[in-house]
Amino acid sequence: MVIVYVEERGELTQQTLAFARGLGEPLHAFVAGEPVPISGVEVLHVAEGDAFFAHAPAAIAQGLVELVDRLSPSAVVAAGTARGNEVLAHVAAKLDLPFAANCTNAEAGEPFLVTRVRWGGSLLEEAKMHAPVKVVTVQPHSVAAEEEAGGDPTIERFTPALSDGDLVVRVSERVAAAAGGVSLAEAKVVVSCGRGAGSPEGFGIIEELAGLLGGAVGCSRAVTMAGWRPHTDQVGQTGTKIAPDIYIACGISGATQHMAGCKGAKAILAVNTDPEAPILASADYAVIGDLHEVVPAISAELRKARA
Amino acid sequence: MRILVCVKRVPLTGGKIVLTEDAQAIETRHLGFTISPHEECGVEEAVRLVEAHGGESVVLTIGPPETVEQLRDAMALGIDRALHLVSDGEEWDPQATASAIVDAIRADEVTNGPFDLVFFGNESADTGNYQVGIRVAFALGRPVATGLKGVSLDGESVRCEQEVSGGRDVYVLPLPAVVTVLEGLNLPRYPSVPAKLRAQRKPVETSSPARPAARLEKVELEVPEGQGKEAAILGHGPEAAPAVVELLRQIGVA
Repeated sequence: MVIVYVEERGELTQQTLAFARGLGEPLHAFVAGEPVPISGVEVLHVAEGDAFFAHAPAAIAQGLVELVDRLSPSAVVAAGTARGNEVLAHVAAKLDLPFAANCTNAEAGEPFLVTRVRWGGSLLEEAKMHAPVKVVTVQPHSVAAEEEAGGDPTIERFTPALSDGDLVVRVSERVAAAAGGVSLAEAKVVVSCGRGAGSPEGFGIIEELAGLLGGAVGCSRAVTMAGWRPHTDQVGQTGTKIAPDIYIACGISGATQHMAGCKGAKAILAVNTDPEAPILASADYAVIGDLHEVVPAISAELRKARA
Repeated sequence: MRILVCVKRVPLTGGKIVLTEDAQAIETRHLGFTISPHEECGVEEAVRLVEAHGGESVVLTIGPPETVEQLRDAMALGIDRALHLVSDGEEWDPQATASAIVDAIRADEVTNGPFDLVFFGNESADTGNYQVGIRVAFALGRPVATGLKGVSLDGESVRCEQEVSGGRDVYVLPLPAVVTVLEGLNLPRYPSVPAKLRAQRKPVETSSPARPAARLEKVELEVPEGQGKEAAILGHGPEAAPAVVELLRQIGVA
């Protein structure tokens, strides 16, 4: 049996179920708090109790640990989200088991083999897991989601026995974000620039083009480290992962750290003076030229077309 | 106030990752190295907290002898001293890493008292295992909050802020505690030349723990397909603008 930790209904859960089904064993699901509508699993285990009204990673993990002790699954699987990775790391720590985060593939057997991402997806690792129970998370969007189908699962409720330590870390407050412009992560168009902007003011032409296209402004890590733009504008492995219809990258060389953040773009247009820049090996389209001339020309052309 | 920051030495990969012939590691002969980005913010935050509240800041790493370079970088930012667990240069899996860190923390605390806060990066830039900080916290019996973009002290507790869809979730942990942080927590300072010189004289305590067998055992590395596209050149200079607008129209965004 394989136990799948489910945070919420949705695309990532269907991807995680597809991955877990590939291990070739019956599936059970686990949720903390309230049942989540889910299909394609035999049993849905629901951990109940006051502890689960707010996110409490160690308490959720303790619920999973109780299930592992009771059911002896061969694997525990979750989505490789911030919280999926957090909860399964707690499970692995509590049970003294290895944990493989952000896997794109697993081959059940002896040895148990996983393929997992490194460098935010710029590199893959093949690894063996030496453990009686395999604890793994699934790299988002690396596996095709399965359809929601099949009968409703049997629901089994239980109240995990929690220690004081499990209850110390829980969300005590949610501070709402200030309403702002277009969110970088969800923008249909992202226009970004690197150090080639020359100065914080150099982003004026980038903001103008992004504004004309109803998009968001992005930047490279070098720009945030220079203090020119806030970190919330940074596209990359340690910044925001974007998935626009088109990513217009101006004066961006294409460091792996940056490209790990824009892999999800449907199309990439690079504006660069250097026809040999690494980004041209990942871009779909390119304009060879100085961004200070090319970007205002695109904005002017857009205005002209709309006039 | 005593604060520990755990850091990892990682290569600056530039535009393209090239592997060694045996596919066991990144070819680093021509690369520089840095502190993994999330952890650099942990270093800055530790220095700021000690500046504000007094006390001592310590940096810890596991790595080959050359890793002393990253320890000096951290001390140039204001960290007081360093603990270097000198490795053979092979990769340590997350459980082995956590266990060696726990031993080193316990040994230091016997002499100097508990660390009020231990900082980790949420995940390292290279292996991205998302677990060492949580394992260390569990072994020490301390609370841990992860993926933080805000850390502030309030008496005997630490207020931790985590970005989530729609806002920030807040956790309040009693000290001593463990926190794992993300880049964007702060903007690390540039070290001054005098600070770099001072860092050369700060103490580095070394030890050489034995590496246990890996339970998450790397077999080999592979560069994924997808690079090596041939970008369609829409033109040169500002004359390319009409072709760009045509493309934007085709995609449906103009």
